[in-house]
Amino acid sequence: MLAIFIKRVFMAIPVLLAVATMTFFLIKLAPGGPFDAEKAVSPQVLKNLNAVYNLDASEWEQYTDYMTGVIQGDFGPSFKYPGRSVTEMIASGLPITFELAMYAILIALVIGVLSGVLAALKRNTMLDFIPMAIAMIGICVPTFLMGPLLVLIFGIQLELLPVAGWGQLAGDKILPSITLGFAYAAYIARLSRGGMLEVLNQDFIRTARAKGLTERMVVIKHAMQGGLIPVVSFLGPAIAGLLAGSFVVETIFQIPGLGRFYVEAALNRDYTMILGTTIFFSAMIVFFNLISDLASLWLNPRSRDV
Amino acid sequence: MSSNSSLWSDAIYRLTRNKAAMIGGGILVALITCALLAPWIAPYSYSYQDLDLGASPPSAEHLLGTDILGRDLLSRILYGARVSLLVGFVATGVALVIGVSWGIIAGFFGGRVDSIMMRIVDILYGLPFIIFVILLMVIFGSNLWLLFGAIGAVEWLTMSRIVRGQVIGLKNQEFVLAAKAMGVSNFSMFKRHLLPNILGPIAVYATLTIPQVMLLESFLSFLGLGIQPPMSSWGTLIKDGVESMEEYGWLLIYPGLTFTITLFALNFFGDGLRDALDPKTTDN
Repeated sequence: MLAIFIKRVFMAIPVLLAVATMTFFLIKLAPGGPFDAEKAVSPQVLKNLNAVYNLDASEWEQYTDYMTGVIQGDFGPSFKYPGRSVTEMIASGLPITFELAMYAILIALVIGVLSGVLAALKRNTMLDFIPMAIAMIGICVPTFLMGPLLVLIFGIQLELLPVAGWGQLAGDKILPSITLGFAYAAYIARLSRGGMLEVLNQDFIRTARAKGLTERMVVIKHAMQGGLIPVVSFLGPAIAGLLAGSFVVETIFQIPGLGRFYVEAALNRDYTMILGTTIFFSAMIVFFNLISDLASLWLNPRSRDV
Repeated sequence: MSSNSSLWSDAIYRLTRNKAAMIGGGILVALITCALLAPWIAPYSYSYQDLDLGASPPSAEHLLGTDILGRDLLSRILYGARVSLLVGFVATGVALVIGVSWGIIAGFFGGRVDSIMMRIVDILYGLPFIIFVILLMVIFGSNLWLLFGAIGAVEWLTMSRIVRGQVIGLKNQEFVLAAKAMGVSNFSMFKRHLLPNILGPIAVYATLTIPQVMLLESFLSFLGLGIQPPMSSWGTLIKDGVESMEEYGWLLIYPGLTFTITLFALNFFGDGLRDALDPKTTDN
């Protein structure tokens, strides 16, 4: 177990390095530099600007300087917001995005696992059909449609909940969290139903029942441990999806999180911001995939040798 | 193919008995027909503006109403279908070509080649590909062909895993060994012997990839990073609809409904196809 852990961690480092390098040189291909949009500046000013942004160095030097900075947590200055550093912007957006993602994943897990397990236990009854039909809706209605629809219904028609912001008005965190979590609740419900159905047919469950355990013990102690492995393996990739979802949700609900910063940076061509956030996002995703891999290994000893 | 069609005729029989899949398939055929015929059946051009009219609710002249610039929504949805479906099919095609070749080569050669190729897939799986697509769109500007390529380049991973698994199952069977013994070249081995036997899972997975690709395209367009005006896809229509949904709800509802129904149809048809080709999975 420890050997696998160490091996996986060491695999992650070259991957991250490769991503950072590729992104860095891809961004260099992009047209334009800092302050391109502004009026023509004198050569002296241009020279000073280039010095500030380290653009007068050779490309290799820029790369090594940048990477040295990144390792120390310094992603350089923003192209579009003079005086602000990319690290500062990540630091200000991250807690908000993190909180939003946590609520979403919590909603998704609670609703998804409960309804999936229940659907598997009450197979081919209304308790199976209705949640699974709703789950199908959750999978087919994209986040960028679900969000506005929820706003239209609960925010504008019923006037129950605020339609924008984060932490300013009471209840303004509810709609964004539900919007982001809904699709995942749907996936998790389907995965846990499928996983549970598979496990419930197996011999050890019959044994558990035969020795007289209550149905509740059978489900909680025996079936769920194996039946929920697909859900655990799904959580790693889900983090990547949540990130993409946060781009949409933070845009719709005007939330000043990392996702919205990223989309704005992409639309404004704020190259240093794009570069910094891309590296940062990649690191997070690799990290969460690692955790989810290790968790499924821990839950499923049979796959450890592979 | 007619002599060895028992699997396929069985599958077609099962598929035709699956109501959800047939309804999904019917909707898809209707949609594709409408998209192909858009220039002839659309009541207006997608760019025709009636600025005096502005945004108007559904009426006899404009069945689904008009947008802020007085453009007919029905026509725009029909033309948008062309872009959305085109992206769906072409990008899936790109993913198919990469994923199938990758999977066949890895599965057939096995050993070192296999472990290196699949290791690469594992690593790529762990990367934030949506960000990669956005990055490409930002750097090279959003054009349709780049969009096809970028999305296709992202979606091939699962396909390669499925194909590899199938090929590994096939490659030790007698007919493959016989072909090998007769000195069949690797290329015709892939083309004549392996590919026809794994068409089923490929078809199923391709059908289920199309909605994902369409979602990705509309996601990018929604953020303003995908299809650029005056061209419209369902994603851009939904984006426009969201911007004016408080006053002109129909601008969000109809494109959203069209898109959702399409995704439903594709998913139901794909699920039906999977059940039809592989009865064992029906239980799940």
